[in-house]
Amino acid sequence: MKARAMSRRFTPKVVTANRLREGDVVYLTADDRWSLHHHEAELIEDEAHAQLRLLHAAAQKLAVVGPYLADARPGARGPEPIHFREAFRTRGPSNYAHGKQADHSHV
Amino acid sequence: MYDYSDFDEAFVRARVAQFSGQVERRLDGSLTEDEFRPLRLMNGLYLQLHAYMLRIAIPYGTINPRQMRQLATIAETWDKGYGHFTTRQNIQFNWPKLPDVPAILSALADVGMHAIQTSGNCVRNVTADHFAGAAADEIEDPRPYAELLRQWSTDHPEFQFLPRKFKIAITGSPNDRAVTGAHDIGLRMTRNAAGEPGFTVLVGGGLGRTPMVAMVVREFLPVADLLPYVEAVLSVYNTLGRRDNKYKARIKITLHETGKDEIARMIEARFAELRPLFGGADQRLLAEIRQAFAAPAFREAPVEAFDAFYKADPAFRSWADTNLSAHRAPGYAIATISLKAHGQTPGDATAAQMRLIADLAERHGHGQIRISHEQNVILPHVHKSDLPAVHAALAQAGLATANVGLASDIIACPGMDYCALATARSIPVAQEIALRLREVGLEEEVGPLKIKISGCINACGHHHVGHIGILGLDRAGVENYQITLGGDGSEDTVIGDKTGPGFAYDQVTGAVERILRAYLGLRLSAEETFLAAFKRVGMEPFKAALYGEAERDAA
Repeated sequence: MKARAMSRRFTPKVVTANRLREGDVVYLTADDRWSLHHHEAELIEDEAHAQLRLLHAAAQKLAVVGPYLADARPGARGPEPIHFREAFRTRGPSNYAHGKQADHSHV
Repeated sequence: MYDYSDFDEAFVRARVAQFSGQVERRLDGSLTEDEFRPLRLMNGLYLQLHAYMLRIAIPYGTINPRQMRQLATIAETWDKGYGHFTTRQNIQFNWPKLPDVPAILSALADVGMHAIQTSGNCVRNVTADHFAGAAADEIEDPRPYAELLRQWSTDHPEFQFLPRKFKIAITGSPNDRAVTGAHDIGLRMTRNAAGEPGFTVLVGGGLGRTPMVAMVVREFLPVADLLPYVEAVLSVYNTLGRRDNKYKARIKITLHETGKDEIARMIEARFAELRPLFGGADQRLLAEIRQAFAAPAFREAPVEAFDAFYKADPAFRSWADTNLSAHRAPGYAIATISLKAHGQTPGDATAAQMRLIADLAERHGHGQIRISHEQNVILPHVHKSDLPAVHAALAQAGLATANVGLASDIIACPGMDYCALATARSIPVAQEIALRLREVGLEEEVGPLKIKISGCINACGHHHVGHIGILGLDRAGVENYQITLGGDGSEDTVIGDKTGPGFAYDQVTGAVERILRAYLGLRLSAEETFLAAFKRVGMEPFKAALYGEAERDAA
């Protein structure tokens, strides 16, 4: 599994997780904050750096739960999600205006 | 209904205190997430896509008005003002914050509720026929047995770390409304030649990645043998069940790998060892539990008011035709409150709706409420003369949708709008299908139809046993929906067949509509249901309707 992943060309990633207390989806920024906004995430283009950033995230046991690397691409405002699951995580559910789309609609 | 004994009360309070300490230690860093995760799951707390989710058991779907009001209070105090009733007679809150969970569990304990064993590899909430105790076709109310199983399985030391989760469903009626054929153990009440009640015991049913219909391991089990026999099944499974592979760990795989005859022999051998150890305490307990489920004092009253409204009010008539079921007491009906208003989320109820349901149950329903695995709410005992008032009050609250058993009465899992395991969305698919069916006015014409939608292969939406099943998948980074036809969750349990290639998110509603129009075109009469027509004609006409001539030429 690992060997296969290594042999593939590395594609850009962001580090994402859920906040421990609220469960909110958050993204690791280049200046070590956890942001609610995908476009503020650090877009990681190098695989070794990605592993370091993931370790950094995993060490913050009182801030976040379950950090992982998610595929992303550069966009006009900053990194954008690629997979639809990650796109949903930036907003909230589609049946109610709950979650981030409601709480932070001013941003 | 059953009220907590001092023992139950002390047990639940002790668990709340224990878990509160665990939450505290997680928040101060004494526990890592790896250490905390199994502890929170034992108490029904998941971390989902956007937030935590708390799953609370509604044992065998029975809940009283006080409990319903407490759920409303929890929804408003610690969540976003609503709750989601699930396909396993649980309620889920989608937005609790971790530091608030101890207070929520404490509020639940205040009304004899909890979230214990709603997750993890243990015996889950025992589910039952949602018409139990009221249905005209019932042999006996199955809930005393369900309650006995609940007490026996709660914190049972031998069965806290099973190879995988374990689900038991029970029905007291020959018409199976509890999907017993798709459970790890399904119990169907029956009578032997002497007329005594007992159970036909089915084992190894399940949906998910490897859907299988349960097999009968015992044709007739005397009711007094229930606990030792179920314990024997669990014991054999606990020994043989595969812990090496999560995907082969359910008892359905154990059954198929061991063979039905051999596993039945092992169960009987273990049963022979266990039976003498049950000295009768279980039967004394059962007798006590039975008293708690005694039928209410049904009143005798004229039903002219019902008849008059039925004749005069078309909205009431249409609701009565779809949402009422035959009751065992004269003059009474079972009223199903649809949580499937067209365009709404299947199974969701607001705090205000919960309170109204509680009020109506107290005023007109002998204080009884049930939750169905089909994600509706039931007032099991309503005198017909009260139904016009019940209907009028429901209509005010957006709860009078007359669609129970029709195409828009869709069951759907939370899917990728909430669930971390989902591979695609289900809720908006259900919403769009229901809205479209209303727009084109198709569902009354189509008649009885069960559409069931799951957002991943774990099949919480029971898609395999939907007359039309829809399964949302991730195909190369795009949502794609596979359709199955001919599934049946009744006593004839059938796993549906795939129609062929899947459909894009925005093509599912059109596909369902084509299936329904094809059915209307080929049925012999309005009396031939979709399922009956499918059994008669098979897949081909529906394939043609879905994929056109190109597909047939290629085949």
